[in-house]
Amino acid sequence: MARYQYEPFPYVTPPELDGRAPRSAPVIIVGAGPIGLAAAIDLATHGVPSIVVDDNNVVSVGSRAICWAKRSLEIFDRLGIGDRMLAKGVTWKLGRVYRGDQEVYNFDLLPEDGHKFPAFINLQQYYVEEYLVERCADYPDLIDLRFKNRLLSVSQDEAGVAADIETPDGPYTLRGDYLLACDGANSRIRRQFGLDFDGRHFEERFLIADVEMQADFPSERWFWFTPTFHPGQSALLHKQPDNIYRIDLQLGPDADPEEEKKPENVIPRIEKVVGGRPFKLDWVSVYSFNCRRIDRFVHDRVIFVGDSAHVVSPFGARGGNGGMHDVDNLCWKLARVVTGQSDATLLESYNDERVYGADENISNSSWTSRFMSPEPGVEMAFRNAALSLAVDTPFARRMVNAGRLSVPCRLTGSALNGDDDPAFDVPQQVGMVALDAPLTTPGGDADWLMRHLGGGFTLLVTGDATLDDAIVPDGVTVLRIGSGSFHDSEGKVAARYGSGVYLVRPDQHVTARWKAADADGIRTALSLCTASVTA
Amino acid sequence: MSLNIDFNLGPDSDKLFNELLGAHEGLSREQSEQLNAGLILILMNHIGDPGTVREAITRARAALDR
Repeated sequence: MARYQYEPFPYVTPPELDGRAPRSAPVIIVGAGPIGLAAAIDLATHGVPSIVVDDNNVVSVGSRAICWAKRSLEIFDRLGIGDRMLAKGVTWKLGRVYRGDQEVYNFDLLPEDGHKFPAFINLQQYYVEEYLVERCADYPDLIDLRFKNRLLSVSQDEAGVAADIETPDGPYTLRGDYLLACDGANSRIRRQFGLDFDGRHFEERFLIADVEMQADFPSERWFWFTPTFHPGQSALLHKQPDNIYRIDLQLGPDADPEEEKKPENVIPRIEKVVGGRPFKLDWVSVYSFNCRRIDRFVHDRVIFVGDSAHVVSPFGARGGNGGMHDVDNLCWKLARVVTGQSDATLLESYNDERVYGADENISNSSWTSRFMSPEPGVEMAFRNAALSLAVDTPFARRMVNAGRLSVPCRLTGSALNGDDDPAFDVPQQVGMVALDAPLTTPGGDADWLMRHLGGGFTLLVTGDATLDDAIVPDGVTVLRIGSGSFHDSEGKVAARYGSGVYLVRPDQHVTARWKAADADGIRTALSLCTASVTA
Repeated sequence: MSLNIDFNLGPDSDKLFNELLGAHEGLSREQSEQLNAGLILILMNHIGDPGTVREAITRARAALDR
């Protein structure tokens, strides 16, 4: 299998610099990584135009974010590239944790069936960006992608934002209503705004290497504490498409990044991991990490999304997936605001809900880091005690922390949530992402519940519940399961939802539900969730 | 559940205290630390209730200041 071919995206002189009429868009997006590109597509699905600028003109160099969680795949599916990612990616759900060469624990991240997407796929970030760029081309009138357009500075006032951009043909200024800072962990916009990036730096250094190798390793996540092939440290092995394996080796706090990156130092380390199989080095990096976030993600008309707002350690796959949660949460709200359907106060809920989500990711990622690289002394004693006990003590296996992998954020405390009924005794809760379930269409074809949720607001009617069409607000879609329409083919809708009427947000989260829905309840919940402009 | 701080061990309490010390005999400082850590994790799991465990941590920590 040929290695990934990096094809530069063409630079085109922007209309502002070749005599054509200057363009403006409601939303300017800075950064064409997975987060910026996904935001542009999500906005386009709501009919909102955007201009995306990026200082570079190729996809991610190196595999970088590889683990895409079920929730992210559902979001990518809503954006139109879920099936493509699933087809190319390596599907996995099982993680194994070793101490030395002995397995102490394994975990299944999706023990039940009846979901369209698996717990995780591994797919190199460059593929995801390539698919997203191609998907952007399906919206030529809505998405204006501008490579080799470097943001210099941003200013804003009550009327809008202005972004000063530099190109190979000179500088120009873009104007819009809002600007999304999707410019990554080293965000220039964050620095320009002088925002504190509070949190913790971890001294531990890690070697990350992608190697091309023929091997029959299963599609699982393998993590070792103190393996014999890398004594005293930790190691991680992950399979990617194209016979590429991700190997992550803890090096300790004193490792010299430049020395460790040299092939003559990397290759002997990898040889020990892969047990003599022939391999080729594809990409090598040495990193340490931070767990940090800015205080607020919304700064009037400038909104921080993804790594520009928060960073975590890679163990847990909460970086890229956390950023996709941001996109999912923000874009429908921003679309409503720029089209005048909702008041700008709705954006405050993005701040609240995603600060909450970022804190959850930062906590989980920090706890893992502490378990993986404990301070000498008592921290090491507790860590080693947990590892030793895990060999024959079930409870301790759950304490062994080799990464708590990204799961959907539960917005159970969100101010947007409306009515709930304590009579519901089912897995689905208000504030949670809707649980997927297999369906059959009225025509008898196999289908999935999630494919019919999201985009706009949906009233999902399950089991024996009824909903009078006359009380459905304008613009809200009704999805009835059973009663001559979609069929609950495996009974999973009944098991996961029971009987009720569920109001589902455009980002597929349940925001309210009723055993018996009435017009007032639905109207109130919808109004609460949308900060609707009623005048 | 809340933390029981009244005597709860019965007539074997001195014997148990002695057995606890005995478990550390012949161990290095580092091994002793790990033994204590293992014991704490086992007992913490046995208690289960987070409030009770937190109360125990707070109380043990406060005792350092006396």
